[in-house]
Formats: sequence, C-alpha cells, structure tokens
Amino acid sequence: MKVRLRDISQFDKEAAETAIQKDHGLHPDDRFLKPGRIPHIWCPGCGLGVVLTTFIEAVRRNQIPIDKCVVVSGIGCTGRVAGYLDMDTYHTTHGRAIPFATGLALANPEMSVTVFSGDGDLFAIGGNHLIHAARRNVNLKVICVNNFNFGMTGGQVAPTTPLEARTSTTPTGNAEPGFNLPYLAHAAGAIYVARWTTFHPRQLVHSISQALNKKGFTFVEAIAPCPTGYGRPNKLGSGLEEMRFYRDMSEIRNGADPKLAEIKLRQRFIVGTFLDSERPDFLENYDKNVVSRVKSKQKVKEKGKAA
Amino acid sequence: MKFWRLPLDAEAHSIPQGMVHIIESRCKGCGFCIEFCPNGCLKQSKRFNVKGYHPPELIFQAEDCVECGLCSLICPEFAIFTELKEAKKITENDIEKVTTRYSRKDKRYTKR
Ligand SMILES: Cc1ncc(C[n+]2csc(CCOP(=O)(O)OP(=O)(O)O)c2C)c(N)n1
Ligand code: SF4
Ligand code: SF4
Ligand code: SF4
Repeated sequence: MKVRLRDISQFDKEAAETAIQKDHGLHPDDRFLKPGRIPHIWCPGCGLGVVLTTFIEAVRRNQIPIDKCVVVSGIGCTGRVAGYLDMDTYHTTHGRAIPFATGLALANPEMSVTVFSGDGDLFAIGGNHLIHAARRNVNLKVICVNNFNFGMTGGQVAPTTPLEARTSTTPTGNAEPGFNLPYLAHAAGAIYVARWTTFHPRQLVHSISQALNKKGFTFVEAIAPCPTGYGRPNKLGSGLEEMRFYRDMSEIRNGADPKLAEIKLRQRFIVGTFLDSERPDFLENYDKNVVSRVKSKQKVKEKGKAA
Repeated sequence: MKFWRLPLDAEAHSIPQGMVHIIESRCKGCGFCIEFCPNGCLKQSKRFNVKGYHPPELIFQAEDCVECGLCSLICPEFAIFTELKEAKKITENDIEKVTTRYSRKDKRYTKR
C-alpha cells in the first residue's frame, strides 16, 4: 500500500493569534482564563472543568482581586488548572504543591493562596506535606479533586481507590481500602472540612467561598467523574452516568462526623460541610511565640547596653 | 390545577427570564447541562460541531429558562452561559404551569 503523507504547511502565527483573539472572551469566565488555552485537554465528561468553574465563581463571588489570588497545583490532570487560570499560578513538581504554597503564604500573608490538586498528588506522593501543613494550620485553601485514581498516567491505583475497585494496575480488584480524606484532614488539624461531588456545583461554590474567607488550613474535597481512568474499568459508564451515580449515591449531611465519610465501592456515601471551626493560624502562633519574644529579649539587651 | 386567585405576595416576586448562549465550538457533548437543567430547557442537537460532538440546543419555548445559572456552572468546557433578559410579572398562567410541572404531569419530568 502506498502511503500518502499530507503536505506540511508552515505554522501561521498570525492566523493562530487571530483565532485566539476571536475565541477568547466569548464566555464571561474567560476573564479568569489564559487566552488560547481553552479548549482544555480534559476528556469529555471529566469533572475537572466543573470544579474549575466553581472555583472561578467562588473567586468572583468573594470579589478577590486577581492580583491577590494565587493558585498552586502539582502534577496530574488536575495540576493543569495552573496552566489555564489567568492569575499568579504555579505548576510545581509532583506532590510539592503544599510546600511551595506554604512558602508563598508565609512570605506574603496578604495573598489568598489556593492549592488545587489531585488526590494522587496531595495524598500519595505529597501526603506528608499535607498533614504537616494542616497541623501547623498554615493559611492555605486546599481543593482536592478526587477521581479515585491516577488519571494522567493511565488510571493506576491511588491511595483513594476504594477496596475492590478495578484500575489499570488492579485488574482483579484493589486489595487495599482507600483513604477517608475528610477524616484525615480533620484529624491532621484542618479548620474547615467539606466534601461535595461535581453534581453539587452550587454547594461547591458555597464551600469554596467559605473556605476562601477563613484564616487557616481549609480542605475541600470535590469528587469528580473520571470516565477514562475510573469509570471504564468499574463499569460506571460515561461521565454523565457517573454524575447520575453520584447524584443517587450521595447523601447530604452537614456537620456529620467525618469518620462516617468513608467511601466504599458502589455504596452510599455522605457529602456536606463536616467542620467549620477556628484556631490560631501558623503566623499568629509564630508571631506570639517567637517573633515577639525575640524582640522583647533584644529590647532588654539594648537597655542593658545603654545603662 | 386552577387557583381562584393569585398569591397575595405575587407583586413582590417576579420570574426571571434568561437568554441561553451556547458556544458550540467549545462543547464536548458531555450532556451535563442537558441532563441537569431543572427546567428541561435543553436537548441534544442533531448537528455536529467542529470537534464532532453534538452540542446542546434549546427546546421549544426558550422562555422556560429562569436564569438559574446551573448550566453555566456545571459545564466543564465554558461553553454555555445565560444572561438575564427580563424579570416577568407573575400571572395566573405561570402558577398553573408551575403546579402542573411539579405535579409531574409534564412529560419532560415523567421521562426522567
Ligand atoms: C516525581 C514524579 N513521580 C511520578 C510522576 C508521574 N505522575 C504524573 S501524574 C501522576 C498521578 C497524578 O494523579 P492525581 O493527582 O490523582 O491527578 P489526576 O490525574 O487523577 O487528576 C503521576 C504518578 C511524576 N510526574 N513525577
Ligand atoms: S483521565 Fe480522568 S481526570 Fe484525566 S482528563 Fe480524563 S477523565 Fe479527567
Ligand atoms: S439557566 Fe437554569 S433554567 Fe436556564 S437553561 Fe440553564 S440550567 Fe436551564
Ligand atoms: S455541559 Fe457544556 S460541554 Fe457538556 S454538553 Fe453542555 S455545553 Fe456541551
């Protein structure tokens, strides 16, 4: 058989620019998106776009100026959020979104720092960073998109994959139970813990706006369909069918004990705002226990010298 | 069901009417907006867009859209949004329509 190759045409930079100009601004949310980055690469039926939209809506609702808003994400499908948002965004190495964001939050406490990342990024390779940031109560807003697998690398098992669920590396069923993320965040010391699915976009907007207004470590889990990595091996069908599944299986229980929030395969699970509390954040404690004491000691020394 | 009068506070309320804008070339045909629009305003069109997906289109009366904004919130592709066209006064007709709708006599609701 003779293969005919298409002629390679030169990349027309000007035409590409005008196409971007024409497309950008058609949607009101485009103000928050980098020109030329939409359509994003996420699969049809993927829930990540819904979580991104709800985050934009929450920023708009709180009227946070764009130059005060920082988004840090790790690696994964979710990590690509940093590339789409038109604000100060950082796409860090795998699992290191939280340490990077901690540095930002401490260096410039004026900034509203959001960590937007996947379950694999935050709880597998980055698990230790998350629990210590929560313990210290660093002023970070964590949005964890949970799709129960490593989406980007081909649907491997993640620490959130429920027991018996199939993934590309557990073709006969997962032998390990998954993490209960709200319980873990609560135990580690987060002051605000919520979980919603992408079927609950309004509640998600509400929770993210509440979290953006808090001072301290907040954790919002957004369960999202991943038809490619998780839906297919588990026979959940398309993204839409997975959304229907979450509609039927989720039970809203605000203020419930996060211990009950465990997710089992094909069983009902609870969603809601589990915890909304206050405690001094890291900078406050640091100022009180270190900075002010060192300063008062210095003053005593200076007085001694003068006398 | 017919009511013998309008609710006493009908003057204080209005029915928002939305205009739906669909950016067809961005749609990936996931069907979220079609499935979850509370008023069943959208359906899948027979057309293909440039990517080869079927974008949504409006069902018969566009006046059913109450500009709740759910479709633009649930669309993962930034492909649909709504605009407030006008806030309409409540009439007896509307009350009747709403009561039949929520009594599930409306075909669009029984099918789900
Ligand atoms: C240090 C390092 N190890 C492994 C990888 C490969 N890797 C890329 S994305 C990813 C998983 C991301 O999963 P998750 O955070 O759940 O995001 P999702 O794609 O599911 O949204 C892995 C393991 C990497 N990029 N860097
Ligand atoms: S692999 Fe899964 S998480 Fe990644 S874009 Fe596709 S559906 Fe979304
Ligand atoms: S704004 Fe609400 S009622 Fe109107 S089309 Fe969208 S989801 Fe339906
Ligand atoms: S939700 Fe968006 S991408 Fe999905 S069918 Fe509707 S317009 Fe298309």
